[in-house]
Amino acid sequence: MVAQQVEAVTSPPPQESKRDQARRKRNAKGQTGVAYLFLTPWMIGALLLTVGPMVASLYLSFTNYNLFTAPEWVGLDNYVRLFTEDDRFLSSVSVTLRYVLLSAPLKLAAALAVAMLLNRPRKGQGFYRSAFYAPSLLGASVAIALVWRALFTDSGTVDTLLQKVGINTGGWINQPQYATIVIVILAVWQFGAPMVIFLAGLKQIPQDLYDAAAVDGASKWKTFTSVTLPMLTPVVFFNLVMEIINSFQAFTGAFVVSNGQGGPADSTLFYTLYLYQRGFSDFQMGYASAMAWLLLLVIALVTGLLFWSSGRWVFYSGEDK
Amino acid sequence: MSTATVTPPKQAATPTPKARTGRWRPVVWHVIVTAIVLLLLYPIIWLVAASFKPADEVVTSLSILPNNPTLENYTAAFDGIAGVSFWSYLGNSLFVAIGSVAGNVVSCVLAAYAFARLRFRMRGLMFAFMIGTIMLPYHVVLIPQYIIFQQMGMVDSFWPLILPKFLATEAFFVFLIIQFMRGLPRELDEAARIDGCGPIRIFFHIILPLVRPALITTAIFTFIWTWNDFFSQLIYLSTPSNYTLPLALRLFIDQTSVSAYGPMFAMSVLTLIPIGLFFLAFQRFLVQGVSTTGLKG
Repeated sequence: MVAQQVEAVTSPPPQESKRDQARRKRNAKGQTGVAYLFLTPWMIGALLLTVGPMVASLYLSFTNYNLFTAPEWVGLDNYVRLFTEDDRFLSSVSVTLRYVLLSAPLKLAAALAVAMLLNRPRKGQGFYRSAFYAPSLLGASVAIALVWRALFTDSGTVDTLLQKVGINTGGWINQPQYATIVIVILAVWQFGAPMVIFLAGLKQIPQDLYDAAAVDGASKWKTFTSVTLPMLTPVVFFNLVMEIINSFQAFTGAFVVSNGQGGPADSTLFYTLYLYQRGFSDFQMGYASAMAWLLLLVIALVTGLLFWSSGRWVFYSGEDK
Repeated sequence: MSTATVTPPKQAATPTPKARTGRWRPVVWHVIVTAIVLLLLYPIIWLVAASFKPADEVVTSLSILPNNPTLENYTAAFDGIAGVSFWSYLGNSLFVAIGSVAGNVVSCVLAAYAFARLRFRMRGLMFAFMIGTIMLPYHVVLIPQYIIFQQMGMVDSFWPLILPKFLATEAFFVFLIIQFMRGLPRELDEAARIDGCGPIRIFFHIILPLVRPALITTAIFTFIWTWNDFFSQLIYLSTPSNYTLPLALRLFIDQTSVSAYGPMFAMSVLTLIPIGLFFLAFQRFLVQGVSTTGLKG
């Protein structure tokens, strides 16, 4: 099911038959007017709130602009300064990369593990599934980020529990080496959404494959690696793309835990948080626009790489039919 | 499963049920799954408990149950923060969320109908663009959008938060409704067309009543995402009387005194209650919505 979604996203609208094409030629003219009528709100939004602003922020990224005086053209200066003079930018890049590389795989691993556990016909399965999903609805809120702040503070619950077993961390959110981890845990805690998608994917795997594996005497692990995992790769791929795109843009958790500062020692200075500081605290709109375009390029590049690599490891069962 | 030699029915997930250990398996399974659920829900339970604890217990006390339960935190939470009452924050949050729901549902279903059912010039190009915007990071349009709204004098009002929803900028929901419409049999349209219905009447009389489940999913998720949204509200709202609940909660962080912790958690609980109610009422819808469309939730 999700595999179909992935294909629907990646491929153009479904091919039409000859008859449809003929009919389309007849209808195209007559329907274009009506279609544009239905599309009016979307087209206004796409032009005024998407295409226009994209072009504008690309232009602004080559200027100095503080919102009050006219933009001043500086060429590539913003981009050069980002990489040569701005240590906070470089550390925000490394914090964000570390966060993406930790949170996305850990979250998906947890999601898959629990989905495997839940995927059997037992009483209460629906209840458990909902309970696991609940954090995904709540986790993006400021309220939950505040809870994380309190749980991981100096002499908060986690610190006190760790002290009982002899580990003295002195709180996580006030120590640079642990603070990023707190946000990672907040992300992994929300594994319910990808888990539900995994469950849907697991239900799509034909039972014959499992029967065949059982006849061949395959062990559980072997069945998992040779049947379940390959059949699930489209769903893994879909989840991976979504998680990576989203985690590059993580903001609320880091903002709340560090009170908007990104501290301690810039260890929670996520990319979007630094962009916010530059744009909306310092009003360096040109500089922030350059950061935004770099973010877009990186996300496009990573997504492109994932799609390119998918040919090697994503298995679409529909292909060989 | 006493007749293990017979081919197991199709639903059996474990291929080799062992008769003796098999009886305990469900019990072990329930214990493990319940343990994970409890661990997972611990922060929420902690939050609810903390909201009833007096100031000296809130952060440091390890015990889940408050030693001296108190309702003071809630009294303080209802009084609000920064001189603005809780009800004002709640009203603002509701206004933004309901406005966004209305905007998304109306604008996305209109666009989706054109993409799913109508033929028009540049359809392929527009569809590709629409799908592309799903993955577009908000930040790349943020600053020019801010400038636009600033020049229209709309900064520090709810318009920048609601207006874009009426222009179908959340392409994800357009895509969700398109997918749902593609599942509806085309024969219905054909029959109506033969009866002399134009595209507009087909939309109102045939498609619109049938896509209601997709619209409900859109409405629920728009509500919850807007309710939780922090980034755009932080950027556009600047005076406390316009603040929404997430922004009000954020004000508590600036308060250095420990006595603010209790009211902060009480207000956190109050903020999460609408989501909890939505969850209880629509959990099937939510889970189904996620599993069929891959919503991030």
